[in-house]
Formats: sequence, C-alpha cells, structure tokens
Amino acid sequence: MASQLSSIETLANQEYKWGFITDIEADTVPAGLNEDIIRLISARKNEPEFMLEWRLKAYRHWLTMEEPTWANIHYPPINYQEIIYYSAPKTNKDRPKSLDEVDPELLQTYEKLGIPLHEREALAGVAVDAVFDSVSVATTFKGKLSELGIIFCSFSEAVRDHPQLVKKYLGSVVPPSDNFFAALNAAVFTDGSFCYIPKGVRCPMELSTYFRINAKDTGQFERTLIVAEDGAHVSYLEGCTAPVRDENQLHAAVVELVALNNATIKYSTVQNWYPGDKEGKGGIYNFVTKRGKCLGANSKISWTQVETGSAITWKYPSCLLMGDNSVGEFYSVALTNNYQQADTGTKMIHMGRNTRSTIVSKGISAGRGQNTYRGAVKILKGAEGARNYSQCDSMLLGDKCGAHTFPYLEVKNTSSSVEHEASTSKIGEDQIFYCRQRGISTEDAVGMIVNGFCKEVFRELPMEFAVEAQKLLGVSLEGSVG
Amino acid sequence: MSKTPILEIKDLHATAGGKEILRGINLTVYPGEVHAIMGPNGSGKSTLAQVIAGRDLYGVTSGEVLYEGDDLLTLAPEERAQRGIFLAFQYPVEIPGVSNLYFLKAALNAIRKRKGEPEVDAMDFLSLVRRKMALMEMEESLLNRAVNAGFSGGEKKRNEIFQMAVLEPRLAVLDETDSGLDIDALKIVSNGVNTLRGPDRAIVVVTHYQRLLNHIVPDYVHVLAQGRIVKSGGKSLALELEESGYAGIEELAEAVR
Repeated sequence: MASQLSSIETLANQEYKWGFITDIEADTVPAGLNEDIIRLISARKNEPEFMLEWRLKAYRHWLTMEEPTWANIHYPPINYQEIIYYSAPKTNKDRPKSLDEVDPELLQTYEKLGIPLHEREALAGVAVDAVFDSVSVATTFKGKLSELGIIFCSFSEAVRDHPQLVKKYLGSVVPPSDNFFAALNAAVFTDGSFCYIPKGVRCPMELSTYFRINAKDTGQFERTLIVAEDGAHVSYLEGCTAPVRDENQLHAAVVELVALNNATIKYSTVQNWYPGDKEGKGGIYNFVTKRGKCLGANSKISWTQVETGSAITWKYPSCLLMGDNSVGEFYSVALTNNYQQADTGTKMIHMGRNTRSTIVSKGISAGRGQNTYRGAVKILKGAEGARNYSQCDSMLLGDKCGAHTFPYLEVKNTSSSVEHEASTSKIGEDQIFYCRQRGISTEDAVGMIVNGFCKEVFRELPMEFAVEAQKLLGVSLEGSVG
Repeated sequence: MSKTPILEIKDLHATAGGKEILRGINLTVYPGEVHAIMGPNGSGKSTLAQVIAGRDLYGVTSGEVLYEGDDLLTLAPEERAQRGIFLAFQYPVEIPGVSNLYFLKAALNAIRKRKGEPEVDAMDFLSLVRRKMALMEMEESLLNRAVNAGFSGGEKKRNEIFQMAVLEPRLAVLDETDSGLDIDALKIVSNGVNTLRGPDRAIVVVTHYQRLLNHIVPDYVHVLAQGRIVKSGGKSLALELEESGYAGIEELAEAVR
C-alpha cells in the first residue's frame, strides 16, 4: 500500500482555481444587524414599502428564533453582529445599463470565472444574470426573452418592476417563519434571480446565474423565485465560485419554485464554493433553503445538484407535491474531502393524488469528510396512489471519513408505495490495481470509478454542466484514495 | 539468439505479508517464445505473475527484473502496462459504473499516449472491438455493461483475453486463465491467445493443469515449487508432470533447498 499512498500524495496539488480576489472599491454598510441596517439595505435598493415591511416582519420574527442544532455538523458559533449584510461593487455610474457600462475590472473577473458574457451570448445561447456581491450586473438576452413574455431579471429589479408578481409568490413556498436561516434571509436578502414564464411558454434557452462572494466578512443572502405558469417549462442553472478566505463566510440563500398546471421547472446546481484548506480552516457555510411547490396538476419540479465545495453544506431541496399527478425529483452528488461536512438531502411531501417522487443521492466521502444524507418522504393522508423511489449510495474513500444516512419515511396512506435502497461502497485496492495494470493511473482510475458512481446524477444535468461537474469531481478528489 | 530478451528475471526474491514466497527465480524469455510456469498450489506462481505486474502487496527483497533490457522494478504498474505488459488476472475484479467499452478505450488511449500517438478514433475503436469480440465469441451487449459486473467466471476470463487482444501487449502474463473454464471456453480463450503469438511478442502462461497446454503449446515449461524453478524443459515436460503428478517435484524442491 505504501507506494500507492506516496503516488497519491504526489497527485497534482491543484490550488483552488478560483481563489483570487478582485480589488474593487466596495460600497458596504457597517457590520451588524438591526432595523436600521435593514432600512438602509431597502433604501439602497429603492424598494417599495411592502418589501421593507416584509423584511422587518421577518427580522422581528428571527429575533425570537433559535439557531437549529440538530444537524450532523459542527461549527463554531456565528456572531451575526460581525457580518456585513450588504456590499455592492462601486462603479462610476449608479448602475450599469449595458455591458458597455460595466467596470472593466468586473468584466475581467467574469472572464476569469470562465463566463465571458459576450461569448456566451454568441455561442451557448444561455442568458446570464451575473450577481457580483449582491448586485446583478448584467442580464443578457433580456430582450429576446421578453418577446416571449418571459421575465428573467435580478430579484431587486423584479421587486421594482413586477411588484404584483413578487407579492403574489414571495414567501409562498418558504415563508420567513419556516426556519432560522430563512427568516434571516427574508430580512436581509440582497439579490438573486427572478424568473417568470407565462402560460404555455417553453423557455427556449437555459437560464443561468453565477454567484460570487468577494468582500471580506460578507454573507451572501440571495433570494431566487421562479414561477412557471400553466404549461410553462424552464431549465435553470446555478453555478457558484468564491475566493480564498481565512474566516468562514455564511451563505444563507432561499430558492422558491412554483409550478402550475402542466408546468415543469428543472433547477440544476454545481456548487464549488471555497471548501476550506486541507486543515479545515476557512471555507463557506452553505446553509440554504430550497423548495419547490408543485401547485398545479401534472406539474413537475426537478432538482439536480453537484455539491463539491463549501466547508459545510446544509440544504434540503424539496418538493411539495400538491397537484394531482405531480412529480418531484432530486438527484444529488455531494462530496466531502479534507474536513468538509455535509448534511444534505431532500423532502418529498406527497399531498395530491397519484403523485410520484424520485430520489437518487450519491455521497462521496474522502479525507476526513463527514457526509450525511437526510431525507424525508412524507405521504399525507389524502395522497392516494403516491409512489416514491429512493436510492441512497455512499462511497468512502479512505478510512478517516464518514458517511451517515438518516432516511425518514412517514406514510399515512395505505394505497402508496415507497421503495428505499441504500448501499455503501469503497474503491478497493484491487480495483485500482486492475486499472493500473491496464495503463490507467491511480488518479484517472479514481476519477473514472467515482464518475461511474455518479453517472445517474450527471445524466440529469444539462450537458455543459455535466462536463464541468465531472472535471470538478476530479479536482476535488486529490489525494483521496487510502 | 542475439536479440534482447523481453523478460529477464535474475535471482528474484519476494515476500507477501512478511513471508518469503519467491526464493530466487531465474527466467529468461525471448521474443516469439511461449513459456509455461507450472507448479503445485502455494508454489508462488501467481505471486510471480503479480510481481511482474507490479502489485505492491508483494515486496521484492532482492534480485533483478529486466524488461527489454530496462529495470522493471522501478516502474509503476501503469508504466509497465503502457510499455506493453499485460496481466490476465486469475480473479478479475468488478468495477461497477464503468462500462467495459469506456474502460478499454481509456486503457488503449493511455498506451497510445505513451507512444506519442493521438487518441484512438471512435469509429476505428468500435470496429476493432467488434472484431475482437467476435474472436472471443462474446456478445456485443457486454460492452455496455460495467467491467466484469455480473459476469460468470468463464466470461470474466474471456473478457481478460478480449482486453489483451485489443491492447496487443508485448509481454502477456496469463495467471491461471484456464481455471474455472469448461472445454469450449478453454478453446475460445486459447484461440484468442494464439492469435497474439508472434515473433515480437512473448507469452508467459501460469497454470496448474497440463490441459491448457494442449491448446496453447509452449516452447518451454518450467516447474515452480516452494518459490524456485526446480525443473525446466520442453513441452513434453508438461505431459510428464501430468503422468507423475507434483509429488516428485516437491521432493526435488526439498532437495534443492
């Protein structure tokens, strides 16, 4: 085993590729959280009165709540008064109206992130809403989408330009009182994406948003709302990167999806936030509430996530299957390496008749990573003919990591069917040697086997994401076979 | 012969789990030759095969192994493979999630990369693979299945030789490829091996039974006992062994100690 370990140690020690800091004057508010700060944020964003009231109500409720501690994760207490809740990059003008007006340094940052906006515009046809430190800088393809009646803009813009729509759906899936971090987000959310697909419209391109946390001690509290009217279809990609930092940074986002009759929403995430260094110092806390409401009959909401970054990942993208014949899906690959922790999974709540849910969770633990799957399948009394299939697979690379599974099945309707499969595996020395004897290096062998393990999930990703995800896994797995 | 031997083993000693298994192996294999290594259980046959392949569960304590004149023991297993050494495993492992097709292509490209060749063209690879599958009388549907997953013992062995046929190694070491095979499978496997024979290649067949050697006729037969080659000869030696069994060999091994 000795020579194998040493060859593993000499595997390309890839620096965190996205670990650079852009030197831009940021327009920040002082650290701390109180009603004044919230009023400041709301004023900076020129929000209508209803929005400020909503925030304040959430904040007051948050003050009465206690931070949850039931998850299988450990972190030092967060001082909410030491966080800066708003930071927008300063530019020459108030807000750039087109790409031409964007600060060249910012554009350079996007280049480094690998999302050259004009190239995307020409080739991939993906509309990109680039969020940089809480301010959406550019939304390409706005014109083309608006011809179809599709609204795709920053959340801040939506609050100003489409207040009725926002009022109608905001908080309808994740109310501020839902949980501690949702309440916090509702009080201080700064920006995110808003997407509205009108009746019968199939969005012709994949919508995408890139997030980035830049300024020191800034929490990212983005808020995303996607609504698909009757017969509407949309696919949304969320990809994240962040720079190297010593202090932990809180990322408490909320994503709400609403699908009406015969509508489908596909939400894909590739998350590569800074995971902390090899000793477990630093890294992002990714505490997110994501939920989709299959409000209409025959509606479908599909979550696909590849989580490789963050020091701590804590999220349960879920589906409320209210409409008859509605379908909820959750496909996940979660990787924990070095000292990363993850407590992630999903909740599928079957309420309507003949609803169906599919859960495929692939957890990979390496180094001293602790990976927990937590899933809840609830079949309520009125959920006639509900069907659920869950598959929860763990792969352990090495002998110092952990994989934990907490599946909850609560069935209150006897006409339902619930299937749960789980497996735990590791990559054997004999498997690695077999590959090596065929000329394949240890690094490539591990990558190949792990990708094979994750195949079912990668298959659900839009193609450009699938390729990125595969590469990301390889990079994240350095030195992980023991 | 003035040619460089493909494989030269000089006084090789190797241990596993602290116990010495190979106690001074000497073997020279020239291009074009087929050598058979026979011996009773526990003699070290498989260990020898694995040491040539570079498995670090076995520690080489002394001796030399030269491959085409170069020191083999300093090379990593994948480097040995890329230079043309192939081991047909006695117990091929399963690799879930990775298809046979994908795996083999990755292997072939690794070898080509070392030679400075570009990656194999997809269409060319597919037709190559189809030819070899036909040779090994394997169904094409097996290509899309995960490596060895759900394969019977016989299918696994055929898969080994199929891979060998595609990768075309310079030195093929077959570790008890015949074990668990019925007569039909044996013929197919042997046929596959025989098509690989050539003036630039060498094959080392490790086997317990003489039966395989009726189909893969060796040029030389060596008998391994207690970690040493105690007797060498031509193909008739295998027949003699079948007649007399390994008992005489064990006595010989004791005497030589």
